[in-house]
Amino acid sequence: MDLSAINWAVLVASLMVAATPILLAALGELVVEKAGVLNLGVEGMMILGAICGFAVAVETGSPLVGFFGAAAGGALLALVFAVLTQVLLSNQVATGLALTLFGLGISALLGQGYVGIKPPKTEKLDFGPLSDLPVVGTILFNHDYMIYFSLALVAAVWWFLRYSRGGLILRAVGENHEAAHALGYKVVVIRFAAIAFGGACAGLGGAYLSLVRVPQWTEGMTAGAGWIALAIVVFASWRAFGVLLGAYLFGGVTVLQLNLQAAGVAVPVEYLSMSPYLITILVLVIMSADRSRAALGAPASLGRSFHASN
Amino acid sequence: MIHLVKRPQPSRAWSYATPVLAVLMTMVAGGAMFAALGKDPVEVIRTIFWDPLFGEFAFYFRGQLLVKAAPLILIAVGLSLGFKAGIWNIGAEGQYILGAICGAAVGLAFYPMEARWLIFPLMIIAGALGGWAWAMIPAILKTRFNTNEILVSLLLVYVAEQLLAKMALGALRNPDGAGFPGSRNLSQYASASNPELIAGSGMHWGVVAALIAVIFGYVLFARHMWGFQIRLTGESPRAARFGGVKPTRLVIFCLGVSGALAGLAGLFEVAGPAGQISIDFNVGYGFTAIIVAFLGRLHPVGILLAGLLMALTYIGGEAAASNLGLPSAAIQAFQGMLLFFLLAVDVLTNYSLRFGKGEVA
Repeated sequence: MDLSAINWAVLVASLMVAATPILLAALGELVVEKAGVLNLGVEGMMILGAICGFAVAVETGSPLVGFFGAAAGGALLALVFAVLTQVLLSNQVATGLALTLFGLGISALLGQGYVGIKPPKTEKLDFGPLSDLPVVGTILFNHDYMIYFSLALVAAVWWFLRYSRGGLILRAVGENHEAAHALGYKVVVIRFAAIAFGGACAGLGGAYLSLVRVPQWTEGMTAGAGWIALAIVVFASWRAFGVLLGAYLFGGVTVLQLNLQAAGVAVPVEYLSMSPYLITILVLVIMSADRSRAALGAPASLGRSFHASN
Repeated sequence: MIHLVKRPQPSRAWSYATPVLAVLMTMVAGGAMFAALGKDPVEVIRTIFWDPLFGEFAFYFRGQLLVKAAPLILIAVGLSLGFKAGIWNIGAEGQYILGAICGAAVGLAFYPMEARWLIFPLMIIAGALGGWAWAMIPAILKTRFNTNEILVSLLLVYVAEQLLAKMALGALRNPDGAGFPGSRNLSQYASASNPELIAGSGMHWGVVAALIAVIFGYVLFARHMWGFQIRLTGESPRAARFGGVKPTRLVIFCLGVSGALAGLAGLFEVAGPAGQISIDFNVGYGFTAIIVAFLGRLHPVGILLAGLLMALTYIGGEAAASNLGLPSAAIQAFQGMLLFFLLAVDVLTNYSLRFGKGEVA
């Protein structure tokens, strides 16, 4: 095995690409969970976003329009979840699962004509000479706009939850929906908005997979990314920058194991491929073992149905 | 304005009516989807739900019905225990794979010995243990470290799929298979096969096990302390705690039983209808069983009926795919839609609709 063959600057740059789908999806889910809703349908919304984004980008020839389509697709599926859980008061866990099962089916159906096509290329942003800097240029100034957008979104979500009035209301709804309701906040409306935002983010994450990371459409291509995004929200203790850290760590593991596969390490490919999932489980265990810490960030009303009796 | 008023007690009548209503609504919405795909909706629905039972080739399809329903029912009965208590094992697909790997490994280890009385029972035990052990991972992490069992059980499915690939290409590969992936065919090895018990009926040992599981589930809920504790925990966790229910034991029990049953389903599948360990051995029964469990309203007898109905959509879907050119993904979307409608109309069981302006309570 020759580890020196791995270029570490390129590795960091590609881990950012590998992490972005999960980062986007996990950020959306963070806002949803902060509003007190547990949407386990991230995987379904991601895969629907992946095919919507792919199809729209191929038809219009513009990846940017594709990303908008992906966000719309993800949000639309999320609204189904919102109607079921917020209006019809269905169980959130079961409804999230339904979202995933349905999303996998409908995306396979929509994607039938798109197998084996190359999507239009998402251009890298032009930083002029900055991109040519050694190491720093490769890592910081050599990406497409979605990477910068995802980083800006981390900061925006952090600011929104922490400093804005809207964020305060959202957190109040998530901590104690009865109290928020008594104060006159529209619990259901706020949760609808949060769920739609989460769906749009998951859709963007999925489209980043099909348009940039892979870039191709294959059935079931998310391969558990949505579930890992859910785990990363727990890992982050429901904090925006924790999500960033978690997603990039995960991206690092993924890229490293791919590099090790390519470098021909003596470990069978299958065992390397299962390592991201095992590491996610391990991280979950470590985070949840410390009960005081796990309870600190979790919204108190997470996963509970809200029904105003009058 | 329509608004919801919580019923003092869940409506019995609606709890029977909602699954039927959901199936009808899914047929309407699914029909619209088939029409959008350019197929005649009535013909597609007839091909899926009517022809396999009463059509020209029903004698062939009826046998398939039990073959497909058995793993679904076996897994769903196990899942329903946990779902009732709010313990979410959604990784049955992984437990199913592990059951198949362990069971097949035991059978292959004895090849070519002829001792059915010994080998087949050992395989059954190994299959159940394999599924059980795989489910114990989330169970122990949940009870010991309070780790979310939903995420762990689901993530382990992807690990199990990689393990399956490794086994099909490595340890369990057929040494006489000219290097092709996949194990020896167990259904052609008399001591380890799970054959049809009555020719043409589709009845194999997995079907027998599914029926036993239904009876076991029924007795558990109707007569046994454990069943009562599961129901109590699901309906009122606080009351259950005061009533002396130990959550740890309940988690271990529910995940253990569902894992073992899923493992059994995998073993009977690999020794019978599938025949061998191959890379694409698992076809999603573990996930579809979640729909079956809810469609059966988490009741063993309901699950029996729901499993048969869901098996029908698989078989009818295949028929519609070959006869009418319906994409196979359409059936997957159709099944997902069914779960949506089920959850949507379930509101009628627990709430009643009132029309007019709501008065302040």
